[in-house]
Amino acid sequence: MSESLNFHFDVDGENFVSAGQASVQVKKNLRRLGLPPEIIRQVSIALYEGEINMVIHAHGGTADINVFEDKIEIILADKGPGIADINLAMQEGYSTATENVRSLGFGAGMGLPNMKRYTDEMKIESEVGVGTTITMCVYLK
Amino acid sequence: MKISTLKELLEADVLCGEEFLESDVHSACGSDMMSDVLAFVKDQAVLLTGLVNLQVIRTAEMMDMLCIVFVRSKRPTPEMVEAARESGIALLATSKRMYDACGTLFSNGLTGTKI
Repeated sequence: MSESLNFHFDVDGENFVSAGQASVQVKKNLRRLGLPPEIIRQVSIALYEGEINMVIHAHGGTADINVFEDKIEIILADKGPGIADINLAMQEGYSTATENVRSLGFGAGMGLPNMKRYTDEMKIESEVGVGTTITMCVYLK
Repeated sequence: MKISTLKELLEADVLCGEEFLESDVHSACGSDMMSDVLAFVKDQAVLLTGLVNLQVIRTAEMMDMLCIVFVRSKRPTPEMVEAARESGIALLATSKRMYDACGTLFSNGLTGTKI
């Protein structure tokens, strides 16, 4: 695999208000690289939904964005509760978020489906009680 | 529709982004659920919402939106205004309710996006 450019972020799980900081920064960085706006938007939204998920479900985690010549890879890793039924979690409208999270405009059960919608590949590895790692790719060609 | 026209139709106050009032916008959406907003990537330039927290600005930023209209006399926090300034997003506030604000814009030619 060719050499990649990496952006790493620790996602603070304590503060809903600050969620999305990695996405804002990645968007700026990708703009500087001169990538097409549509690609930047796809990556930003997928990462943003992932960040929100990590804050509301998993007490935070890490986000790594690797820019390759032919694709952008997003790896989100947390040590949260894990996802018991991934197929169920992927259904639009299914959510385990609290009423409080809903009142903040999230928890509509659209996070994971949106991440899949905006990326070309998405893999979820999760173990209950251990954590979740989501790897997504957006192709550049 | 220019943002300045939208402002007049909604009798809205401009909270930041006066420099964008002459920008053209071609579609809008109205929602208090940010995940629903994020679900449709087509070029929505305007977001009407009654939700007030920093994630509204972030959502608009991720979607490359130009303008957010807060309905029902909701007012964004100074932190939100600052984030919108940094991101180049105009913030407007109207006393109209969501349904009325959307209906007013729609009937004047600012439609939604095809899904």
